[in-house]
Amino acid sequence: MTLMKSLMGAAAAVAMTAGAALAEPALIFDLGGKFDKSFNEAAHNGAQRWANETGGKYREIELQSEAQREQALRRFAEAGANPIITMGFAMADPLAAVASDYPDTKFVAVDVNWLDAPNIRQVSFAEHEGSYLVGMMAAMASESGTVGFIGGMDIPLIRHFGCGYAQGAKAVNPDINVVANMTGTTPAAWNDPVKGSELTKAQISQGADVIYAAAGGTGVGVLQTAADEGILSIGVDSNQNHLHPGKVLTSMLKRVDVAVYDAMKAGDDVETGVFTMGLAEDGVGVAMDDNNKELVSVRMSDAVTDARKGIINGDITVVSYYENDSCPALQF
Amino acid sequence: MEVLVTLIQVLDSTIRLATPLLLACLAGLYSERAGIFDIGLEGKMLMSAFFSAAVAAVTGSVWLGLLAGVASSLVLSALHGVASITFRGNQLISGVAINFLASGMTVLVAQSWFQQGGRTPSLFGGGRFESAEFPLAIGPNDAEETGRSVSELMSEANVVQMIYSELLSGHSVLVYVAFLMVPATWWILFRTRFGLRLRAVGENPAAVDTAGVSVVGLRFAAVAICGVLCGIAGAYLATALQAGFVKEMTAGRGFIALAALIFAKWRPWHAMWACLLFGLLQAIALRFQNIDLGGVVIPVQVMDALPYILTVVILAGFVGKAIPPRAGGEPYVKER
Repeated sequence: MTLMKSLMGAAAAVAMTAGAALAEPALIFDLGGKFDKSFNEAAHNGAQRWANETGGKYREIELQSEAQREQALRRFAEAGANPIITMGFAMADPLAAVASDYPDTKFVAVDVNWLDAPNIRQVSFAEHEGSYLVGMMAAMASESGTVGFIGGMDIPLIRHFGCGYAQGAKAVNPDINVVANMTGTTPAAWNDPVKGSELTKAQISQGADVIYAAAGGTGVGVLQTAADEGILSIGVDSNQNHLHPGKVLTSMLKRVDVAVYDAMKAGDDVETGVFTMGLAEDGVGVAMDDNNKELVSVRMSDAVTDARKGIINGDITVVSYYENDSCPALQF
Repeated sequence: MEVLVTLIQVLDSTIRLATPLLLACLAGLYSERAGIFDIGLEGKMLMSAFFSAAVAAVTGSVWLGLLAGVASSLVLSALHGVASITFRGNQLISGVAINFLASGMTVLVAQSWFQQGGRTPSLFGGGRFESAEFPLAIGPNDAEETGRSVSELMSEANVVQMIYSELLSGHSVLVYVAFLMVPATWWILFRTRFGLRLRAVGENPAAVDTAGVSVVGLRFAAVAICGVLCGIAGAYLATALQAGFVKEMTAGRGFIALAALIFAKWRPWHAMWACLLFGLLQAIALRFQNIDLGGVVIPVQVMDALPYILTVVILAGFVGKAIPPRAGGEPYVKER
């Protein structure tokens, strides 16, 4: 009897895992961690939304080191997860190495758009367009005529953010002075709020009174110091307006949650190829809510709405940093 | 005038950046002078940063936070002591273990305690160290009275006022504690009996033992002092410079402090100058991204790497010789 029971139990367990493994999606967070209040947290939110709506389950891992990237991909692929969603540009090389070994598995790469494989869905965002809009708002909110940008690790993606921001600021005020700093050149630059604070103080002493932080966990320090010193800041990726109500001008939203949600919803039928989510697709945008209502004037929100339309129908061209690895409005 | 204002602001930033380095460096100095190498400074700072921020967030009192931070750092110190003094384990391996332990434990505990993804809630009011305004210094109060910004008032002040108000006044109380620790450390190490014994135990523990003084006791005392100082350093990061804990927020400062310790050749006053130099390099790197020296552009990465380069230069023997305490890194085994 007991033998029978345990046998049946084992059989049931096997059946359950087999059923669950059929089309269970998997999500691989980047080094910033699931709760970085920014990029990865947006992915987590998207996945949670899918799980709540469908009652489905997904597997996930938070990477702790560079060496785990390929290992995590292979583990999930071997376990039958499909699709496997990866976060961040740094997954590109491991994906290129792994994807061809699992032709029946679909991979979704967020922030990647240069790979060549039939089973990868590559989703990138037009961050320069969203940054352009917050740059406009920064220039309109600035009284000193100097606005700041603080990036995390010095990589082309972050310069891409800064470049759009500077173009937006200069579109409002051609004489505006944009001060740009990068926190560092190693991944530690994503998690150094102390350095973020010092950079903020340095930019304030150079006259900046609105500072845009595109720096992951370092941005927490930037927003904190900006609030302490009584100037405005701009958050990034997730809506960070609530961190310091009334002191964060807005946040440049990057709808990673939408990208993750869509991929999970499509399941293993997810369409592969290269996709760019810009203003037209609501992939990027500016955050407006109760926390920043007082800070955003009607003139400001009208200008943003007009510029958004202009960018979508092609009247305004925002130059991408990737086009020729340089920025027309800002020297890094 | 413009140049002067910038210079004072850079020096002001230097003091803020050098303080955690200085506290950690002095912590390492006590430990290593007693013959216990400690590469776990980073881990202890991190642990203290977390517990100080967590307790300050829960109780609303930054002083309780400081106590909790120091206590947590002391626990790690005790661990290091038990492993490397009592059980005579390898001091470097114990230190590495402490770094890993702190890096993992802080995020784990933070997540289960606050559910904010390995960080603590933002601190405000009594949960943070306020900056101490000196009497007669230009500060936020004056700005409020006159209705103008501090920077406006500052630009009209004369040099002495500027140095007094910007550079000396307006730091957290822990900054003054850190700088007072320098003469205190010098006095303890070189003018007291305890200091003499502590230094001796790092050079020749057998001689100390022969004199009838407990080697184990002295080394534990040194490791405990190290724990207290690391605890203050961590609390300074999380509750004075920042308003909360973020994972890995020490960002290698414990290792730069070790580099400063070698650079200073294990001497307190030199340690202060080394930390100020390293702080200055960081402050300059933060203020000026690329420095143009008459056509030659020095990229910011060079400034970031300079502390390590300077340490290697010192270790390689180009500028004097850095000789560590003779019994450093070796567990003391009494002959039978």
